[in-house]
Amino acid sequence: MTDRNDAPSRRSLLSMIGVVAGSAAMYHAMTELGFAGESTFTGPPKLGAPPPGTSVLVLGAGIAGMVAAMELRDAGYKVQVLEYNGRAGGRNWSLYGGDTYTELGGFTQKVGFDPGQYINPGPWRLPYHHQGILHYVNRLNVALEPFTQVNYNAYVHSTTAFGGKPVRYREVQADFYGHVSELLSKSTKQGALDQAVSKQDQEILLAALKNWGALDGDYKYATGLEAGERRGYVKDPGGGLNSMPIAGKAIALPELLQSGLWTAIGAGLAYDMQSAIFQPKGGMGMIGKAFGKALEPLIQYSCKVVDIHQDEKGVTATYIDSEKGGTRKTATADWCVCTIPASVLSQIPMNVGAPMKAAINQLPYMAATKVGLQMKRRFWEEDDQIYGGQSYTDQPNTMIGYPMWDYFSKGKGVLLGAYNFGTPAFIAAAKPPEERIKDALEYGSKIHPQYKDEFECGVAVAWHRVPWTLGCAGFWTEESRAAHYDDLCAIDGRIVLAGEHASRIPAWQEGAVTSAVDAITRLHKKVMS
Amino acid sequence: MKRFAIAALLTTLAAAPALADSAGPAPKPAARGAAAISGFMAHFPFEGGQAVYEGVCQGCHMPGAVGAVGAGAYPALAKDENLETGAYPVLLILKGQKAMPGFSMQLDDKQIADVVNYVRTHFGNHYSDKVSVDDVKAMR
Repeated sequence: MTDRNDAPSRRSLLSMIGVVAGSAAMYHAMTELGFAGESTFTGPPKLGAPPPGTSVLVLGAGIAGMVAAMELRDAGYKVQVLEYNGRAGGRNWSLYGGDTYTELGGFTQKVGFDPGQYINPGPWRLPYHHQGILHYVNRLNVALEPFTQVNYNAYVHSTTAFGGKPVRYREVQADFYGHVSELLSKSTKQGALDQAVSKQDQEILLAALKNWGALDGDYKYATGLEAGERRGYVKDPGGGLNSMPIAGKAIALPELLQSGLWTAIGAGLAYDMQSAIFQPKGGMGMIGKAFGKALEPLIQYSCKVVDIHQDEKGVTATYIDSEKGGTRKTATADWCVCTIPASVLSQIPMNVGAPMKAAINQLPYMAATKVGLQMKRRFWEEDDQIYGGQSYTDQPNTMIGYPMWDYFSKGKGVLLGAYNFGTPAFIAAAKPPEERIKDALEYGSKIHPQYKDEFECGVAVAWHRVPWTLGCAGFWTEESRAAHYDDLCAIDGRIVLAGEHASRIPAWQEGAVTSAVDAITRLHKKVMS
Repeated sequence: MKRFAIAALLTTLAAAPALADSAGPAPKPAARGAAAISGFMAHFPFEGGQAVYEGVCQGCHMPGAVGAVGAGAYPALAKDENLETGAYPVLLILKGQKAMPGFSMQLDDKQIADVVNYVRTHFGNHYSDKVSVDDVKAMR
């Protein structure tokens, strides 16, 4: 305990949180410590007309590249987009039945999902305050539906608590709030808070605690019907005869604290996770598809950029066919918006100054894995009454995501069987896809024993093996941002970078949008100056 | 064991109020088994150079250390002349380079020495001078 006085650096704090609380906790801690943040989007840029014939080359047809291309085209620029993949969207991507996906190393998966089933290997949430991406979703007429972040009837699970049996989210939350309220009420009544809270406010505090924690008339969190209104019942109240509810037994405080399950009940507290959240109907990839269609004549697919060169007259990108290789071709424009991820860009010769080069070269990319599992029936709905949302576990899959469409349908459903970051994601990436699926089945069956009978087919995406990103998102630290972030974003001659990696909302599409809007606004100013 | 677990829990609580707001899974602090590798920066549970290579490194450098090429590339470590000096791979593993993250928090000195010695004597590499645990420690 002697080191208690040494304030931990943010980074060591984060790694500690990561070790103890798992990756989702890490993400939320990152959010809290300002690594992630809110959007600054105030509307699409009003660029005005450039000198006639001014051209811009956009590298990458992901969200950032396509926002830039659309706005520059609308302003009157001559725009050309080069994209590595044979489709638009980049990490905005859904995998459907019939799709074939080959990761680095040549591991090929043919997705066996039924029609209407999919997973989003990349982003899957659109928080209400991400007004930038929502602006383009609306402009492109992409239909949205609600995304459920918190499901009170989903499970929280620890392999070492309660005999490894999952517990309902609502029970843990109600019991945690209840016990804490009772303790605080007792302290208030015993005068322990006299210094901090005035007598008059203590009355208000007691009333608030009673309300917040569902305490009884004696300020106790009891195994009574008051608690049942929060945590649920063993037998719910009903109609007619024999309709009396039966309350369950609250989890005792020591057991609850030691279980660690309290780490899971903040799921919807972070700003990025607060209701309302949306998802595109039919998959996140609908946004990329709609963008691609809207920009159809501008985008050239299957172009692997191998060199970027600027001089006093313009910018030239040299590219080859991303599948067949072959002849080197060039595309030239007055200016360039480059959205190629830093992981890839660091390997492409590009004559920019030392500060931007250093910024590109210092950015490592995070590991993440997602696994989709098609089940013969929606047993989580039929057997467990879980409709959307997520269950959390301390196993390496870290969570199970339930499909948030086609509720109550009699047919099949696709679960997100794993979504992890960091260590478990590195380990998953080192395995062939079929083993990642096998692992997800093993972990998931601890929560839903139905897995083994109902599983049909799956698909697993490990982001370090995605050929066009080599990782899921740029991993900034407070130190690296202070040293390099401004250099990454600054215009270098005729080239400006954009993407989630050039934003303070890393790994979110809103970061890509706000970065692109900022980059082209500054670029346009330079063009006009 | 239990005493350790609770001590760890209290330390974490004192240091990291953000935890209470986390939406994460619910591990015990002294997690064992599958749970031990769930954390973002959890220690990799592999012993011996081959196990570390196959458990972690081949995610990018691939089985057989043949590397891979997409929009960017992962370098092959097979027949790799850059491995001639043992300190070079140690430094890359500790600090990372370009897209490659550093693994100083997730791998201990012995794991790093073991995997470097393994790669330098396999996949067509024949560098028999060994990197020691102390060499790695000194480079941290």
